[in-house]
Amino acid sequence: MTILLQLALFIGVSPFLSGLISKIKNNLRMRRGMSVFQPYYNLAKLFSKSEVISENASWIFKLTPFVVISSALTASLLVPVIIFSNPLVNAGDFLALIFILALGRFFLVLAGLDTASSFGGMGSSREMFISSLAEPALYLAVFAISLRFGSTSLVEVSQMHTLSASLIVAASALFLVTLAETSRIPVDNQETHLELTMIHEAMVLEYSGKRLALIELSAYLKQMILFFLIAGIIFPIAPFGAVNFTQSFFWLAWFLARIFIIGLIVSVLEVSVAKMRLFRAADFLGFAFVLGIVAVICAILGV
Amino acid sequence: MGSLNFTLLFDPLCLFFLFVICVVSLPAAIYSFSYLKGEYSSAKITLAAILLAVFIFSMLMVVTVSNVLFFLVAWEIMSLVSYFLVVFDTTHERSVKAGMIYIVMTHIGTAFLIAAFMIMYKYAGSFDFLAIKNACQAMPGGAKNIVFLLLLVGFGTKAGLVPLHIWLPYAHPQAPSHISSIMSGVMIKTAVYGIIRFVIFILGVHSGWWGALLLVTAVISSLVGIIYALMERDIKRLLAYSSVENMGIIFMGVGLGMFFINKNLPYLAVFSLAAGLYHLVNHAIFKGLLFLGAGCVYKAAGTRDIEKLGGLIKKMPQTAFLFLIGAMSISALPPFNGFVSEWLTLQGFFLGAHNVVGGTKLFLGICAALLALTGGLAAACFVKAFGVTFLALPRSRYAEEAREVSLAMRIPMFFLAALTLVFGLAASLILRLLVKVAGSASGIDISGMSFSLNNFVLSPQMGKSVYLSTPQLALVLAVLGSAGFIIYRLFAAKRDAAVSKTWDCGYYKLTSRNEYTATAFSKPFRIAFSFFLLPYRKTQKIRESFYHVKSFAYETHTTKVFKKYIYDPVLALVFKSAKSMRRIQPGSIHLYLAYIFITLLLLIIFMPKF
Repeated sequence: MTILLQLALFIGVSPFLSGLISKIKNNLRMRRGMSVFQPYYNLAKLFSKSEVISENASWIFKLTPFVVISSALTASLLVPVIIFSNPLVNAGDFLALIFILALGRFFLVLAGLDTASSFGGMGSSREMFISSLAEPALYLAVFAISLRFGSTSLVEVSQMHTLSASLIVAASALFLVTLAETSRIPVDNQETHLELTMIHEAMVLEYSGKRLALIELSAYLKQMILFFLIAGIIFPIAPFGAVNFTQSFFWLAWFLARIFIIGLIVSVLEVSVAKMRLFRAADFLGFAFVLGIVAVICAILGV
Repeated sequence: MGSLNFTLLFDPLCLFFLFVICVVSLPAAIYSFSYLKGEYSSAKITLAAILLAVFIFSMLMVVTVSNVLFFLVAWEIMSLVSYFLVVFDTTHERSVKAGMIYIVMTHIGTAFLIAAFMIMYKYAGSFDFLAIKNACQAMPGGAKNIVFLLLLVGFGTKAGLVPLHIWLPYAHPQAPSHISSIMSGVMIKTAVYGIIRFVIFILGVHSGWWGALLLVTAVISSLVGIIYALMERDIKRLLAYSSVENMGIIFMGVGLGMFFINKNLPYLAVFSLAAGLYHLVNHAIFKGLLFLGAGCVYKAAGTRDIEKLGGLIKKMPQTAFLFLIGAMSISALPPFNGFVSEWLTLQGFFLGAHNVVGGTKLFLGICAALLALTGGLAAACFVKAFGVTFLALPRSRYAEEAREVSLAMRIPMFFLAALTLVFGLAASLILRLLVKVAGSASGIDISGMSFSLNNFVLSPQMGKSVYLSTPQLALVLAVLGSAGFIIYRLFAAKRDAAVSKTWDCGYYKLTSRNEYTATAFSKPFRIAFSFFLLPYRKTQKIRESFYHVKSFAYETHTTKVFKKYIYDPVLALVFKSAKSMRRIQPGSIHLYLAYIFITLLLLIIFMPKF
């Protein structure tokens, strides 16, 4: 029951989050922009369409969307939103979550290579480049967080806690990594229509119809999970334990509001900076790594 | 001189290594018969079988003898037999060169070991392990430090620790594939046995810097190994470099263990050692599998150059599937075994950081971050290895004409692939066994320690708990994946998916020339790590006349810094001194008689002093 609720929450809200970011971005650029519900319409449209599959593709290409969606959904179950009576509370920690997201990426990258298109290969190569350089910063941030909480357990991290300098710096490092992982400006650009500048989009260029819908949904889910983790660190909230309706309502409202705040920050950032050249992304992630080191030092000093 | 009793040792550490040797050697031996058939004459196949048997036997002896002298004899047999297996393919000039590098490096390593054992003998007066262990307690600290350094260089050469890894990428790919899988999967692991047996068990961790030094060496090894692997286009050489990386990860566990023994943190010491041993057995399994898979590719396509391969997933679907399993486990993806051991090693760093103070925390954090970087690069490397070899369109006639290999070659691989899953899912049980091994090897009492819970949950009970359950994760992944598939099928009508061409920007036809290549795939990494790889390119215009360039040749290479800046100068020095030594050998018999006479005189004068 808890599992189904949590799945429903993530599947239900994550497209909205993407729609919201896109809406805010457009409004900041003085455009009207699409409806915040556009991602839902897109998913519905893609799900009712038939597919075109490349003649070069093997079973890897056909299997990938299911592995990707399953890894994103599993990761969303590890995040402690509703932890009372959650049977998966012992299944994995922060590190396991990162490894599970890597499973989806591994297959997505293979699928990019599978269709013999140079765009797919280019996207795959760049995706692995960005994600492997993001790893050290990500782990240092988690390291600093775990120094503060005494363990990498996500249950510990999502408890009510007081903020400290180390947590804020660690969360900023995590935020930069999240920008890279969710293919946001300045690392990647979700809105681009030029294959040569795409990273994530180039990789999934050959997908269409229902399989594309699954991949898009996974990307929304991954984004929401990462935002949730950052939000959980900067805006601490007690896990869901409310009994009556009003309490549950306020809990849910605050739960969503803080994720949307992260989304707001992302959208402001996206309209105010330009996309970097691919090899500048290494410097960008290097900066995140330095932030990670600062976070660890802060944690050692106890601030 | 102490008595020389030939007795075998069967303590938990020996048993563990016996298991690792057997679990890889058995499938490799079965595989070898169909692999060698058709490649060599029947006399040579018999020779290969005999050498293989002696090779396995010598490794079994290395991990069970209880006496330093017999250890050296077994060690030497192992090195020599594996040398013969490296040069087995005598038709290639490369084999001879690879064999030469191997035999020289391995003997340099053995020389260091002999030096270490001689110092130990000086204090113990016996060659027996237990006698030396007792005597080592009285050994002064300085001598212990020297012995440790000698052992580290000696075993580090066999293990392929950077910068002593130079022989590994030559020797491992050149041997027949089943031998590569045993060499990479098992033989280099005997060095880990050596370090645990002689440093932790016999010598006892004396100073704090031992563990830290091993840890730093291990981190550098794993990074250098994987960066080179990422640049490689020869599939077996790529796997050999990745062995350098994985030995680094294993030694991270061992080094952490030594570090914590010295810090008097027995729980963490046992935990990290067990994590190292876990990665050791995992690496044996998946590297064995990957080398056998590479052997299938070589047998089917006749080339090891992945730039000439591609599209093999359609020609050899089962080999492709098995190689994918291996690639997933080595990339530490759940629920396979590599994931568990990498998680455990990372937890060793994370848990350790709560129990040390100040800058040591930062040290452990940076090591953990670099391990994470290694993991990310390993995933990129194996995406490349699998993707370029098996996916997309065939890049040459070799790949087009490849056919699936025989069943006798696939069955051993299925066995190993099943083990990667078993060792991932049964993590909780296996960790319990490995903790016993680690406890007995380090002499730490583990009776009051708990490392895993029931229901297959890994949980180091130290400070605040942290949990991992691979069976639960595997179950959730499988259920959600199939749920996704069922929903997909509910919406999809029959024959819903049309098959068409890959998007070609409106051009007429895409060929395999348009595909991304392995070199292109690793280009971003080549640029990002250019400070270490020092890439350079050779370009050449091929002209028909002065005005018309007919074609353009372009090559890109990376500089092997260790070879260029360490080994080449040393070699040059050796040749130079050998040249000057020639002067005392002019060929005059009178001079040689004078040498003998002088030696005799010196011996008569100095002999009574010894």
